[in-house]
Amino acid sequence: MSMAAEERSARAPWALTAPALMLFVGVLVIPLAMTVMLSFHDWGQYKGIEPVFILKNWREIATDPYYAEMFWRTFRIAILTTLLTALLGAPEAYILNRMSGRWKSFFLLVILGPLLISVVARTLGWALLFGGNNGLVNKLLMTLGVIRSPIPFMFTETGMVVALAHVMMPFMVLSVWAALQRLDPQIENAAMSLGAGPVTIIRRIIMPQIMPGVLSGAIIVFSLSASAFATPAIIGGRRLKVAATLAYDEFLNTLNWPLGAAVATLLLVALVLIVVGSNALIERRYAEVFR
Amino acid sequence: MAYLELDRVAKQFGAQTVVDDFSLAVGRGEFISFLGPSGCGKTTTLQMIAGFLDPTRGAIRLEDKDLTAIHPAKRGLGIVFQSYALFPHMTAAENVAFGLEMRNVPRNERAERVRAALAMVGLAGYEDRHPRRMSGGQQQRVALARALVIKPSVLLLDEPLSNLDAKLREEMQIELRQIQRTIGTTTILVTHDQNEAMSLSDRIVVMSQGKIEQIGTPQETYEKPASAFVSQFLGKTNDFAGTIDRTATPAQLVAGSWSAPAPAGLSGPVTVSIRPERIGFGNAGLNAKIVTRIFQGNHWLFQCESECGLAIVIRQNDGKPQPAEGEAVRLTWRPQDMSVRPRAGA
Repeated sequence: MSMAAEERSARAPWALTAPALMLFVGVLVIPLAMTVMLSFHDWGQYKGIEPVFILKNWREIATDPYYAEMFWRTFRIAILTTLLTALLGAPEAYILNRMSGRWKSFFLLVILGPLLISVVARTLGWALLFGGNNGLVNKLLMTLGVIRSPIPFMFTETGMVVALAHVMMPFMVLSVWAALQRLDPQIENAAMSLGAGPVTIIRRIIMPQIMPGVLSGAIIVFSLSASAFATPAIIGGRRLKVAATLAYDEFLNTLNWPLGAAVATLLLVALVLIVVGSNALIERRYAEVFR
Repeated sequence: MAYLELDRVAKQFGAQTVVDDFSLAVGRGEFISFLGPSGCGKTTTLQMIAGFLDPTRGAIRLEDKDLTAIHPAKRGLGIVFQSYALFPHMTAAENVAFGLEMRNVPRNERAERVRAALAMVGLAGYEDRHPRRMSGGQQQRVALARALVIKPSVLLLDEPLSNLDAKLREEMQIELRQIQRTIGTTTILVTHDQNEAMSLSDRIVVMSQGKIEQIGTPQETYEKPASAFVSQFLGKTNDFAGTIDRTATPAQLVAGSWSAPAPAGLSGPVTVSIRPERIGFGNAGLNAKIVTRIFQGNHWLFQCESECGLAIVIRQNDGKPQPAEGEAVRLTWRPQDMSVRPRAGA
């Protein structure tokens, strides 16, 4: 091969990926870099944004316990949502996988259904069922005399976790489902023939093999829940802020863009660290199952 | 007395009968093969013995105890699956130890038996390997060790060698037979490979469309096939249309220009079956012309156009000159080498 041809073939991959790379840089890398830069700018009620380099916003986040509490709440809600989806979603996927043809496709549709409906509509549905005195379920339970006062749902962390878990469930079920598909169809029979009962089969044979699926589902659910906006905005409103709603308020209500940018950047960095870290851990721990 | 007995076992899925009227008595230590094409019900029968399926009718007894009343987990049978179904998250040793754990075998004894089982299948030193890091043949051995370590009353093998390449399969066949002879476990093998069935088994159960066609030793099923299906399925065979003439004295069996004294009992149109290796070239017999001649190392394969249709002849490569393509020959065979049955549809 001549030098020119060699050079050309070395350049070809770059030339071929250039359009996608430019799009990636244009709509993701540049805005992200600008957001990070923005977080170091100054802001005042009357002077607006001043493009200087100061650590004011970061210092405020680090020292004001309000932010610590808010971030802790964000991750607490994300962790509880993840646990809830794992506890319900994994058995759900397992049962679904054991169903026969027609029922399987029907229930798969039921599980995936939420993805087809807007998050806002779904969350408002929860609000209609449990919101205050007029929520359907609360009304019914109070009429029946089961409870005296309505179950608090709106503006509570419990409400947020329940609504988020509902939104996130399909991701967990699909992830576990994918892991179940890789199982040898005879593996349960094999364990049974060796003398294992149903509980042992699930605990010793099925669980370890679908664990990677549960964990990768957990990573998806966790990162989506921690950065979720619509559900916390409707259920939590202004009273119970999480990182995403706080950043939104700083940007659009207080107009303190630099502070909002700092909150958003911190959320992003924390999420990337958590996701990358746990992914590495999972891959090392389950190397044999993934291979 | 029969060790494992299947008594008129049948299995229906809806209106479809997959296994019908299956009766078999297996002696202790015997190696039995269920042989048949896919969909003949052999795997279904095996699964009924294993307990993964319940028979619709009939009884399965092990040492005179009703096996169908026992939960599959309590039957104590060793099973090797076609896909091996090893536990991928466990090492070879953990896989083999699983059955012993379920039986609450003490840790020391467990370790000892696992080591012995892996050594028996030639996998000493592979204890800590995970199945995905082993070759197909090695996985197969782990599966065998896992099934044998629990000292099963019966070993069930569901097409265990079908995922291996030809050379490895042959090696495993020999090894499987040796292991089975050494430990004497009663074994049932499901296979669609007639060579495998013949080289491994004490007796073969040839099945077709859910029914037993023949039960016999490999030699019996090959030499004296009970039906056209068996003779076609077990190796190559030539079927010639013939007639038995009872008017002649003595009665004559005639196929083309070949004839011999008729066997007792039959008369009229018959089918004469002869294995290709039992046909020779002679001075008298069926008129034929060699169409193709194929050299296969230790033998020659001839395809001939005969009076009674296409004929296949196999001659050992004994160094003597063989007829060439296009040459006219006479096909002949000894009467005791053929099997004669009434011709269907005649």
